[in-house]
This record gives sequence, structure tokens and C-alpha cells, in this order.
Amino acid sequence: MYLKTLLYGVLAVVGVPVVLILYSYLIEKLVDILKPEVRRWLRPWLWIIPAVAFLGVFLIYPVINTIILSLKNADSTKFVGLKNYLFVFTDRNMLIAMRNNLLWLVIFTFFTVTLGLVIAVLTDRVKYEKVAKAFVFMPMAISFVAAGVIWKFMYEFRPKGTAQIGTVNAILTGLIPGFKPQAWLFNPAINNFALIVVGIWMWTGFCMVVLSAGLKGIPTTILEAARIDGATEWKIFWRIIVPLLKSTITVIATTMVINVLKVFDIVYVMTNGNLGTEVIANRMYKEMFSFHNFGRASAIATVLLLAITPMMLINIKRFGQKRG
Amino acid sequence: MAEVTLKNVTKVFEGNVLAVKDFNLTVADKEFVVLVGPSGCGKSTTLRCIAGLEEITSGEIYIGDRLVNDVPPKDRDIAMVFQNYALYPHMNVYKNLSFGLELRKIPKDEIDRRVREAARILDIEHLLDRKPKALSGGQRQRVAVGRAIVRNPAVFLFDEPLSNLDAKLRVQMRTELAKLHQSLQATMIYVTHDQVEAMTMGNRIVVMKDGIIQQVSDPLTLYNHPVNKFVAGFIGSPPMNFIEVEVVRQGNDYYVKNGNFTVLVKKDAYEKVKDYEGKKAIFGFRPEDLIDENIVKPEEKEGKLIKARVEVIEPLGSEIYLYLTSGKDSFVTRVPSHYKAELGQEVGFVVDLEKSHLFDIETEEAIY
Repeated sequence: MYLKTLLYGVLAVVGVPVVLILYSYLIEKLVDILKPEVRRWLRPWLWIIPAVAFLGVFLIYPVINTIILSLKNADSTKFVGLKNYLFVFTDRNMLIAMRNNLLWLVIFTFFTVTLGLVIAVLTDRVKYEKVAKAFVFMPMAISFVAAGVIWKFMYEFRPKGTAQIGTVNAILTGLIPGFKPQAWLFNPAINNFALIVVGIWMWTGFCMVVLSAGLKGIPTTILEAARIDGATEWKIFWRIIVPLLKSTITVIATTMVINVLKVFDIVYVMTNGNLGTEVIANRMYKEMFSFHNFGRASAIATVLLLAITPMMLINIKRFGQKRG
Repeated sequence: MAEVTLKNVTKVFEGNVLAVKDFNLTVADKEFVVLVGPSGCGKSTTLRCIAGLEEITSGEIYIGDRLVNDVPPKDRDIAMVFQNYALYPHMNVYKNLSFGLELRKIPKDEIDRRVREAARILDIEHLLDRKPKALSGGQRQRVAVGRAIVRNPAVFLFDEPLSNLDAKLRVQMRTELAKLHQSLQATMIYVTHDQVEAMTMGNRIVVMKDGIIQQVSDPLTLYNHPVNKFVAGFIGSPPMNFIEVEVVRQGNDYYVKNGNFTVLVKKDAYEKVKDYEGKKAIFGFRPEDLIDENIVKPEEKEGKLIKARVEVIEPLGSEIYLYLTSGKDSFVTRVPSHYKAELGQEVGFVVDLEKSHLFDIETEEAIY
């Protein structure tokens, strides 16, 4: 049994490259015996076939199948039309999830991009830039589940009067006399924000790195010219840096929006969507793996895909412009 | 308008890199001073110190009567033109020109008047709506200059402003900048590595090397009386010829001599070479200060003739550069375009003694 698994593993690791190399060798042999005109148009197609085949099997087919499944009932035995979509847009939990995703969308995107930009600009001017950036970027290296666990400890709550073992409550009760310890993850008024903070903590580093790269692309002489022209650092930021980073900011903001629409891990680990913290992706997971309702899960997935597509298009277009 | 004074200015970069050492200079009001030197000589750093873009390590900088060591660039009443123009890419030409004025809260109609005036002077009125991306190198250069003009500053600073232009445009902009200086009557400090620019534009030239001023003087003095071998070699194209010689005395006369020729020391320098008798020195003469022996009277050749072999002929149309060798020494001369010479031919040239130079072999300071 184990031997068989091992065999499959070896076959996959060694076999796939071998097949690909053999394939490229054979097509080159084949192409060589053809007429030059045929060769010229055939060669790119032959080379692109493996990639297209992989994409087709692992990306395009699943998308189409998901859409088909979303029109069927829970165990995919019969078509139910748009019933699943009706559920997506009317179910109470789904509506909560959508509201929360919207909350994430606004707050998370705003803070990750803004903080990323501010940190990028500020660290650009200090000698310990690399160290500072490394610290801000570090959460990115942690798995989301681990981050969720870490922050669960940070948000730990004990009733007033007992020792606070959660970092956040401990600091706040220590610093502010009379502060009432908060149940960050259980209080419906604040738990969504508590989760969003974790997301911001994780993603600000990424925004910072991308924006910092953009910032380095602005010639220093332009900033010096502005300084001589009479601009304060504040004016330079608003009138030179921000306009020049506009396309980078757009790309990073849309990337963050895509992230937010897919947000799952943090919520799943820390609250599992309870107490009003549900998000769309977590709902999808539940429909699929807890309730085994393939139809609803697929409908949610399709809606998510449709929501993300315009953002991706903007990103791709921006990216193209930047290179052009 | 204002005078600029640098007193004992020293700039040391991180890692103990000395960029400018004990720099002393007073630029008079309305003067056009050029800082020139090879790359890495500290000329740009000096300019950036005046602009306030670099903090000086020690010394004092005055603009007018005001000590500006701790004054930020925006309050120094200066404008600077950068080598790569440094235009704001997201603003059109009009905005590029008006940006500095807007920041200084100058009334809108005054801004408009000044921008249009500068655009008229620089002949860029038709470009005001364009973004820098849509301009040619020469046009960008004009916009960069315009951005300085509109501000009407006490001092203009130019950091190699023409080095990104092609040769023809460079010559054109050179004269335009000189004209601009005439009409604006402003103090200008100009950095370049191009000695031709320095010679043609500056009222005074500051030659720098390794962060140290070598010589400060007007272009002709610099050319005719360089204080050391570096200045002599840096100014002039093709550069001055240098040949190692020994100073000898024959009777009442002093000569410089090496294996291949013996040439008189000019009469009025006898006093100066006295101490060098029997010692080695470096003899220098400019390519244009060699005269074809065929047009010199025989009695005037004595003690001035150098025989050499033609190695390379470079006809430039208006004149010819001849690369000659005499024994192990090689040197260049420029002769009129009608001069006839063939490769390998033995030729003779008479040195114009009055324009010859001698340098100490150790210190490289000029002896005469």
C-alpha cells in the first residue's frame, strides 16, 4: 500500500519532467522534417500545447463544471435552475457574510495600502530601512492558520479582575487604568474589526514591498528638484510621490480587493464565522464540507469568481500599461 | 541677485570618502563661474552643497550675506537645472514651470505671466500642454531651464545640464545659456566635465581634482598659465604634450634635453630653472605651439627644433592632427589642412618657446 503510494510519487516527480523533455525533443525532431513555412507557424503551437492542456484540465474544466454544478441540487442529481443563486442572495447568513466582506473590502484595503505606502515612504529615509522592512514583512512568511492561532492568543480574554493572559487585553489594562477587558472575538460590535486587524497585520508588508519598489523607481533628482522648487516633504508626498505611484497603488489596491473577496483562513481559524463574523469564502467551505451541498457551494464559488473577475481585468490592463 | 561664498567647505561622505576638501571660493554677483574637472573630482558635490541637497561636513556657505549651512534648499533662493532634467513626469510643461511658484503662494495671474514670459524666452510656448514624455531631449532641457527662470532666483545652479544632448544641440544650448546669462544678469554656477563648455561659457573657471581646487581663473589665464600639469593637461584639446627632460646649462643658457632633442628654456624663466639644473622635469607644449620648420627662418630654428616621425595622420578638414614620435616620446601637433605629410616621414617642428611650460617632476607644479 505505502509502496504503491511511494511508487506513484516517484513516477510523478521523475515521470512528468521526463515526459515533457521527451515531448519537446520529439516535436523538435518532427518540426525539423517539415517545410520551413509550416514549421514557422506550427512550432509555437506545439510548444504551448502542454501548458494549455494543464490549464484546461486544472483550471478551465473545473470552472465550467462548477458553473454546471451550481445549477444542480445538493448532490448534483437534478437541475434546479437558479435556486442556489436565490439562496446566495437571500439567505440570512449569506447576507451577513456579504456585509462582512464589504466591511473587509473597505477597511482592509484602505489600511493595507495606506499603511504600506506610509511605511514604504518613511523607511526609504532611514538607515535601518532593511531591518524595519523585514519586520513589517515578516507576518507574510507565517501561514495564515498560524497567524490566526497567534492572534487568538493575543485576543484572549479573562474576566475583569483576573490576570489577563491575552497580549492585547494585558497591555490595555496595564496602560489604561480602569480599562475593561474586551472579548475581542466574541463581542459582535468589534469582532469583525479584530479579524480585519489580523488581515492588515499580515498583508501590510506585502503592500509595502510592492510600493517601495515603485518608490525606488522615482528618480531622486525629481524629489530634489521639488525640494529646491519649494516643496515641503508633505507636499512632495502628495504632489509628486502619490501621483507617480498611481498605477502601482491601483495594482496593489485591486490585488488587496481580490484578497479580501477570498478571505477565509483567518476567519475559519479564529471564529469559524460565528457571532456575526461570517465571510463568503467560509460560507462556501461550510456548504461544501459541512453540509455537503454541492449546488450551493458551487453557486457561491461562481458568484465569487464573477466578483473578482473585473478586479483581475483592471490589474491585467494596468500591468500591460505599465510595461508599455 | 547675490554673491556666493564658500569658506573652507569640506564634505566627507559616509565611509570616510572625501569628496570636497577645504573649498574656498567667492562667486561675485552676476558672475558665471564654471566648476570643471574629471568625474569624481567633487564638482557636483560642491554644487549640491550650495543647493543644500548635501550637508557639508565643515565650513561655511553664504548666499548673499546669509549663512545658509542650516537653511533647507527651498529657502536658499536658488534654482537648479539637473543633468537628467528631473522634470515632473505627471505634469505638463506649464505645470512643471508653475509648480514652484504655486508652492510659494504667488498669485495666479503673476504665475501665468511669468510662465508665459519664460516660455517665450526659451521658445517653448507651443509645448506648454505637453507632458515631458512627449518632448525631445533639447525641449526637456529648455523646460528644465524654464523652471529655473520662472522662479527668478538669486543664484542659478547647473549640474552638467548639456551632457545628455547630442553634440549639435549642445553647442546651440551653450550659446543660448550664455545669452541667457547676459539677459538675466544673474549669478550662475555651472558644473561640467567638458573643458570646451567651461572655456566658452565661464567668466571664471574653477578646475578641480580629487575634491581639491587646482586653479581658479579666467579662461585665457587658465589656458596660457596653468599652475600645474593637471590643469595644463585638462584644459585644451588635444591636450598639452608632456615630455620628460633634464634641465642642463650650456654657457649662459639653460636647455631642456632628452635623448632626442635639446630645446632652449625661454629667457625670462632662467631665474626659475636655476635650481633645477641637472635635474629631471616635465616639458610641456601645446599641439598648436609647434611650427612647421619649413616656414621658419634658419637662424630662428636654433635651440628650438624637434625632429620626429609621423605615426598617425588625422585630417579634420579645417586642420590636421599629426601624431608624432621622437625616440620613445610621442606627441601631437595640429597643422593647417594644406600641410603635406606621409606616414613614417621625418618632419621637423619648431617650438614656440614663449608658450612652452616646464613642470616639477615630483610635485607637478608649474616651474614656468
